[in-house]
Amino acid sequence: MSDGDVLAVAEHRRGELRPVSYELIAAGRDLAADLGGDLHVAVIGGDVDSFAERVNRAGADVVHTVDEGEEFNHDVYAAATTALFEAVDPSVLLLPNSVNGLDYAPAVATRLSIPLVSDAVDLTVADDLVVTRETYGSKVETTVEATTPAAVTIRDAEWPSVEDPGDATVEPFTVDIDAPSIRSTVRGFEEVGAGDVDIGEAEFIVSVGRGIDEEANLELVEELADALDATLAASRPIVDNGWLPKNRQVGQSGAVVTPKVYLALGISGAVQHVAGMKGAETIIAVNTDPDAPIFDIADYGVVGDLFEVVPELIERFES
Amino acid sequence: MKVLVTVKEVANVADDFEIEGLTIPEQFLEYDLNEWDDYAVEAAVQIAEDRDEDVEVVAVTVGPERSEETVRMALAKGVDRAVRVWDDTLAEAALVGPTAMARVLAAVAEAEDPDLVLSGVQAADDGFGATGVALAEHLEYAWAAVVNDLELDDETASVRRELEGGVEELTSVPLPAVLTIQTGINDPRYASLRGIRQAQRKELDVRTLADLGLDPAVLDDDLTLTGLARPESESDATLFEGSAADTADDLETVLRDAGVSAE
Repeated sequence: MSDGDVLAVAEHRRGELRPVSYELIAAGRDLAADLGGDLHVAVIGGDVDSFAERVNRAGADVVHTVDEGEEFNHDVYAAATTALFEAVDPSVLLLPNSVNGLDYAPAVATRLSIPLVSDAVDLTVADDLVVTRETYGSKVETTVEATTPAAVTIRDAEWPSVEDPGDATVEPFTVDIDAPSIRSTVRGFEEVGAGDVDIGEAEFIVSVGRGIDEEANLELVEELADALDATLAASRPIVDNGWLPKNRQVGQSGAVVTPKVYLALGISGAVQHVAGMKGAETIIAVNTDPDAPIFDIADYGVVGDLFEVVPELIERFES
Repeated sequence: MKVLVTVKEVANVADDFEIEGLTIPEQFLEYDLNEWDDYAVEAAVQIAEDRDEDVEVVAVTVGPERSEETVRMALAKGVDRAVRVWDDTLAEAALVGPTAMARVLAAVAEAEDPDLVLSGVQAADDGFGATGVALAEHLEYAWAAVVNDLELDDETASVRRELEGGVEELTSVPLPAVLTIQTGINDPRYASLRGIRQAQRKELDVRTLADLGLDPAVLDDDLTLTGLARPESESDATLFEGSAADTADDLETVLRDAGVSAE
C-alpha cells in the first residue's frame, strides 16, 4: 500500500521546461496534502541540474533527476518513470496531458498495471481518487473514481502555475535502461506553419471554424476580414480540410494569438482552440449552438447563423 | 503486410441533451465513425494502394450491432474485412477505460498479428487519447503518438509527431508498431457507391470476449464512473439578440469601440 506520496514528472522541450511542469506542482502539492504524503517531482533528460533548480518550487519535497538523454524519448521516459514509481511507491503518478505525456503515460500505466485517467481538469480525494474530466467535446463533465495507486494526466492551464521557490532536496536517480528497449529514434524537430503571414502578430483577427460548412463559403469571411482590415485565421478542421494553410491555424498545435479583437465565426471553442486565443483582449463569438464552449470565454456573443450576420457586418464596414 | 486499424463508433450529444443518472438517453445521441479513425482508415487504405506487395487491411471495433453501420463505412472505403467485439459483459460496462480497452483490442491484434496498427489519436466522446499507446505496450510493439505524416518501408515507420505550438518531431520506429493518427494527415475519401455495395459482402466477424480467450475480469480497470453533469456555464458574455441586422449593429459598435476600421 502506498503512503500518500505523489510523483509528478516535469516536461521539457529543446532546453525549456514547459509551463505544465509548474502546474503539475500545484496539482501535486494539493493532492499530497490531501493524501498526507510528500510531493516528488522528477526531471528526466536534458540539463537536469538546471531543470531541478527551476522545479524546486513551493510544495515540492523531493526532486529526482534522471540524467538520461537530451530530448524527450518515450522509451526512456517510460522506463525511467516506471523505475521511479517503483522506488517512490506513490499513491498518484501525475503526468502532463500533452502530446508527449500521452506518448508514454499509457505505456507506464500498462506496465505498472495501475489505472489511468487522462485529461483531468480537477482532482480530489474521497475514498478513492476522484477525477473530473470533460467528454463529448466538453459538453459533459464526467467524474471517474480510480483506486490508488493511479496514474493521471492533467490538462494544461487548469491548475495555477507555482511560482514561489521551494526547499526540496535534489536526489539523482539512476535507472538501468536496457539499450534494446529504446526502439524509437527522435531525428529532429521542424517548425511548421511559417509562411506569408504571422497571425501571432495580428491586431484584429477574423477566425472561422467548422460552421462555415464548405470551402466555397470562405469567400464570405475573407470579404469580412478585408472590410475590417483584419487577418484571417481558422480553427483546426478548416486547416485539416486543406481549405486554409497551416500558418492560419489558431490553437494548441498551431499559433497562439493575442489580438485586440478575435471574432470567432462558427467555432465551437474546443479546449485545443481556446488554448491558442484566450489571451485576446476582446473575444466575439457567432455560433448557432448556445451551449458552444466558445461562449464561456467570449466577451460578446451572437447565438445565430454566421451566414446571416456576416453579410450584414460586411455592409457596415465596406468603404 | 497486414495493417490493423482500430475504429470506434462515437456518440455525439444533441444540443438539448439530458442526463439520466449515469447515462445520456439514446434519443439525445447521434452516432458516427470517430473522426480520428476516419483518417486512420484512410492512412491504412493508402498504404494498401501504394505498396507493391499485397497488403491486407483489417478493421477492429468494440461496439454493439448498431456500430456495424460505421464498420461497413470503413469497409466501403477499402478496408478488406472487419472484426467486431461485443457481448453482454461489454454492453453492461458503464465505463471501459483505455487500459481495459487496450486489453480487448490486444487479443484481436494478437490473433491477427499485424505489421502495423493504426489507431485514431482519441475518440471524440471519451477523449482518453490513450488506448493506442496502451495497446502497443500490451503487444510489446513500438509506437508513436499523434502522427501527422507517415512514410513506411519494410522495417521502419518514419513519422512526424505533431507537438504543441507548431513544432513537429521527426521520429522513426521499427515495425511492428502502433501509430496513433492525427486529423489532417490525409484527405479521407468518401465511400463510392461501388465500395458501399462491395462492403455488404465483405467479412465482418463478431467475437465475444470468451471467443478471444478473455475473462470478463479483463474489463476491471479500477475505474468507476460516478457522475455525469452538464458543465455549469462559465459564460459572462454579453449576448446580442434580435434580427441579423440588429445583432450586426451591436457588433459594429463593439468592433468600432475596439478600434476596428478606425482611420
